[in-house]
Amino acid sequence: MNTPGESKLWHKQSFKDHVSAYLYLLPFFLIFGIFTLFPVFWSAYISFFSWDVLGTKKYIGFQNYIWLFTDDPKFWKSVLNTFSIWLMSTIPNLFLALVLANILNQRFIKGKKLFRLGVIIPNITSLVAVAVIFGSFFGYNYGLINYFLSELGLDKYDWGASYWGAQFAVAVMVIWRWTGYNAVIYLAALQSIPADLYEAARIDGASRTQQFFKITIPMIRPMIIFTVIMSTIGGMQLFVEPLIFSGPTGGPEGQTLTMVLYLYTEAFTNNNYGYASAIAWMLFLIILLFSMFNNFLTKKINSAQ
Amino acid sequence: MKSLQRLLTYSLLILTFLVSVFPFYWMLVIASHPTSEANKFPPNFIPGDLFITNVQTMLDQIDFAGALLNSVFVSTTVTIAQLFFCALAAFAFSRLQFKGKHFLFVFIIGTLMIPGQLGLVPSYMIMTRLDWINSFNALIVPGLVSAFGIFWIKQYMDTTLHPELVESARMDGCSNFQTFWRIALPTISPAMATLAILTFMYQWNDFLWPSIVLKDSAVHTIQIALRNLNKVYFRDVSVIMAGTFLATIPLLVVFVASSRYFISGITAGAVKG
Repeated sequence: MNTPGESKLWHKQSFKDHVSAYLYLLPFFLIFGIFTLFPVFWSAYISFFSWDVLGTKKYIGFQNYIWLFTDDPKFWKSVLNTFSIWLMSTIPNLFLALVLANILNQRFIKGKKLFRLGVIIPNITSLVAVAVIFGSFFGYNYGLINYFLSELGLDKYDWGASYWGAQFAVAVMVIWRWTGYNAVIYLAALQSIPADLYEAARIDGASRTQQFFKITIPMIRPMIIFTVIMSTIGGMQLFVEPLIFSGPTGGPEGQTLTMVLYLYTEAFTNNNYGYASAIAWMLFLIILLFSMFNNFLTKKINSAQ
Repeated sequence: MKSLQRLLTYSLLILTFLVSVFPFYWMLVIASHPTSEANKFPPNFIPGDLFITNVQTMLDQIDFAGALLNSVFVSTTVTIAQLFFCALAAFAFSRLQFKGKHFLFVFIIGTLMIPGQLGLVPSYMIMTRLDWINSFNALIVPGLVSAFGIFWIKQYMDTTLHPELVESARMDGCSNFQTFWRIALPTISPAMATLAILTFMYQWNDFLWPSIVLKDSAVHTIQIALRNLNKVYFRDVSVIMAGTFLATIPLLVVFVASSRYFISGITAGAVKG
């Protein structure tokens, strides 16, 4: 934001300044217009057609959407899968991140930098690598997890084939990749809480648990909301992990068929451009509705404060 | 009591650390044994001596060096372009006055809400018409400038680039572009460093879009090459892991070298977000 004095200085701007400002913004609007905005509107248009790769294009009105709603269990399954994997990953992820940030915030901990670096490294690893490694962890015959299970005297579990097993495996990948990242964000928030708040609470005889719930949580609430929103957006767009873990169909029963994976398969494996575009718009609407709900919820939480 | 608590805290921390790092170690373990070893119970937890052999097999199966070079080329180009174009636009928003400034800025922030997959099919069709399938243009041109980058740099410029400095540069006869190039750019280098790391990593790890537009193996980026290795040779776990491990190293090195910026970068972003 400009201060009043600053804008006075710039009042004498010439026509030339206007021109250069627009010139500097031109690259963004050009690129954005051609490669984002135009495709978005075009995909709305395409969603009213039956259109395959050979160019057979037929206007069918809202038929794609009607099919999606009334005659496509796969789509609803993908919506359900996306939400269930999102729930399974986000809750433990954010909870663990909070615990971890609290530990890293303890004054007596030595080697903080090393630990911080260690926990955030999963986040920079490519998704393809993550999916390959975890695929080997969750293998049926010789997977590491099943090895430990059998060492404990338990039966081997077919992670890839079962409904919850496959979703669990994908959720674990997400948790592994994002917990450290969120912990670092929480840590920054924790470090910005003034120490005298805790001091005053201690003098008043507040226990550690009371301090945590009465000071820490309220103080870092904005950051918690931020991480919830980011995890939601990320979770709704989950794609690479399920693709590599269980293939483009999301496993034998479509256990990990997420919304974006379904969109991808319809568009680029089955070449149903019209139908895929309808899925894309449904995805957008679901994300929009969900963010609005999120927004409503955070407003509620804030006003309850 | 207190020492017990410390012991517990440290154990928890070390456990988390091990869980974070273990997959990398496990990659190396599998990559340095024959595949038959990976398909055996109990598994071997100590690295073997076949890493080079597995790497050689992997090199015979995919053009690893070529894919790596492609990734370096695309990621570097996109990063440099974004630094330049985003800083330029941010400069206009931060230090120039023009009609519609506020509206345009709000519009740019608003564009962040559009999910990337929404225009996936038409984007592919545009690339087909432009004849950019199998061309790096398909990756580079749409990534030349980003709303996030503009927002990021603008926020930083607002607080660090003093108006007096800009004003005096103009008094001395600098044009707007000279002011941007000589005065603004040097002062925002920390924000540029963070944006560079974020952009580079995002581009390097991107999978969905490259997998759609880069069909020919000669133009595959490293992620797509790895995925193909996984798809075609899925029985050969050791070879896959050798490739994955080798492909992870460059980014790890870049990251550890620049982690200071990265960590301060994500936390600064979080504060503003």
